[in-house]
Amino acid sequence: MTRYIIRRILQAFPLLIIISILLFVLMLNTGDPLATMGGRKATRPEDRERLSRQLGLDKPVTTQYIYWLVGNDWALVDMDGDGTPETPGARKGVLRGDFGNSLVSRGKAAYDIIMERLPNTLILMIPAEIIVIIISLLVGMYSALRQYSLIDQIITALSFIGYSMPIFFVALVSMYLFGVNFKRWGLPYLPTVGMFDPHIGKTPQQILLHMVLPILSMTIITAAGYSRFVRSQMLEVISEDYIRTARSKGLPQRMIILGHALKNAALPLVTIIGLDIPLLLGGAVVTESIFAWPGMGRLFIDHLSRSDTPVVMGILMMISIAVILAQLITDIVYAWLDPRIRYT
Amino acid sequence: MQATSESDVIKLQEGFKAQALTPKQLVWRRFLRHKMAVVGVVLIIILVLYSFGGAFVFSEADANYTETSIRLSPPSAEHPFGTDTVGRDILARTIYGGQISLLIGLSAVIVEVIVGVLIGAIAGYYGGWIDGLLMRFTEAMFNIPQLFLLLVMAKFFGSKIPTIDVGNREFSGSVIVIIVIIGITSWMYLARIVRANFLSLKEREFVLAAHTTGTSNLSIIFQHILPNSIAPIIVSGTLSVANAIISEAYISFLGLGVQPPTATWGNMLEGAYNYIDSAPWMWIFPGTLIVLTVLSINFVGDGLRDALDPHALVEAK
Repeated sequence: MTRYIIRRILQAFPLLIIISILLFVLMLNTGDPLATMGGRKATRPEDRERLSRQLGLDKPVTTQYIYWLVGNDWALVDMDGDGTPETPGARKGVLRGDFGNSLVSRGKAAYDIIMERLPNTLILMIPAEIIVIIISLLVGMYSALRQYSLIDQIITALSFIGYSMPIFFVALVSMYLFGVNFKRWGLPYLPTVGMFDPHIGKTPQQILLHMVLPILSMTIITAAGYSRFVRSQMLEVISEDYIRTARSKGLPQRMIILGHALKNAALPLVTIIGLDIPLLLGGAVVTESIFAWPGMGRLFIDHLSRSDTPVVMGILMMISIAVILAQLITDIVYAWLDPRIRYT
Repeated sequence: MQATSESDVIKLQEGFKAQALTPKQLVWRRFLRHKMAVVGVVLIIILVLYSFGGAFVFSEADANYTETSIRLSPPSAEHPFGTDTVGRDILARTIYGGQISLLIGLSAVIVEVIVGVLIGAIAGYYGGWIDGLLMRFTEAMFNIPQLFLLLVMAKFFGSKIPTIDVGNREFSGSVIVIIVIIGITSWMYLARIVRANFLSLKEREFVLAAHTTGTSNLSIIFQHILPNSIAPIIVSGTLSVANAIISEAYISFLGLGVQPPTATWGNMLEGAYNYIDSAPWMWIFPGTLIVLTVLSINFVGDGLRDALDPHALVEAK
């Protein structure tokens, strides 16, 4: 097992290098980060030349990538434009934990900018994922045990619809219903955008209140697919011999379902959740944009639109690492839960 | 009772004898038994009629005609779906938007299938270092969430492709960009399926036989093995159409997709959340159309999966 983990981690490095080269080349050609640096006025040509020299944007792609990866403190940079490089570079490179400085918020480290937003994304995503898992287990189990009943049919229809909805549509409908119309009808209504009401301040109650609609939208979309999966797994498991044995020795239904069937039926869900982490993070971009939630997804959109390579690359690399780690953890957890699986 | 002679009995028996069904007929029968899939097909036909037939009622100029004096007016007899922020008729725009959205869905999948099948087939058939290289690349693409990759690529290709004239209609170059980027960011799953299929099929006797008769590699890949793995490709391709339509909606919704005045269901929703309260008709109609389309495609995909499942061949009545 340890050898398996070590091998997987070693395999991850070339993978991350491929990902980073791919994204870096794409990013460098997405636009002109210098265009907006002059503020409201267009950047003057002499400023443009000086800035691109100081930021290293005049270098060829390969050099820029190497500086981004391993830093440039071992090389000399031409800062004053006389053609001879004299100042030693200050960047440490991604491999030493330096994502470079943001091109948009000048002088701020990309890492700090991302870390400011990361907790906001996590407090939205982690509760959402937990709720999704609980709901889909309950719903999936229920409809499997009452297969082809009216309620099962209704759940099936609803989950198909939920599965087919783009998240922004669910978000818009729920905002319209719980935010706009509840207010109109004089019912207690939910806030639609932002993370807290600026008049009240960033209190835990405010944040909780603002979390309701984004989490609701994500839950509807994700739980729809997962509950179908749990249902089919459960159906498969309850037709197996050991469940019949449990029945025939007179165990109560509750014990059979919770004690025997659920464990095996829920197992493959671990893999699905692990594989869906990228989907979840992708959904965050849309969810955060629509609910004006100041998380990493919105940060990504804002900085991508201004071609801020260090911040965008930072976010993308962190996500790629998160995805690879999630897959590894999934495999380990799966092997731990299911003794039949052995990795070598 | 000699009325029924022996020959009559044989005739009678022959009348009862079930006609052997071809595999195609079997698939078709199983598909028809999947009621939701049939509903899906009907819905898709209606949606296609809506967006392509509607073109005979409204011209594209109607869809792009701005009249700021009636901006954000609610549904009325003259504008059944209301008007948007610059006074364009939403009904006409959902018709032309539907054409583009459906076109993007289909063409993106064609790109996806070509790339996915090529990479999967080559990796699975040749194996060795080619397989290793291609699969590492596939894995790398898999590890970046598709939406992020789509957004970066949308920004990368940006406005690099000029407007294209087809017939007497103008297509914003961004339509082509969106088709290509959705195609080249979604082939990985398909490539893995095709590869797995090729890995098992290439060991079979018929491939060995083809080798011994001196058939070329290309012909073995495309004429012998590929037709045998067509079922999963069809299923995954169908479901991909739904995904492509949703992907288009996401990027357009975030403002990096198809650029106005060309309408798509996705970009009609862009900025609509500013009007949740004041102009709900702006997002309800295109949003509902997206959901209906995706839902019916998913139904059809589900039905096809059941119908094409080779294990189900035996139990078909």
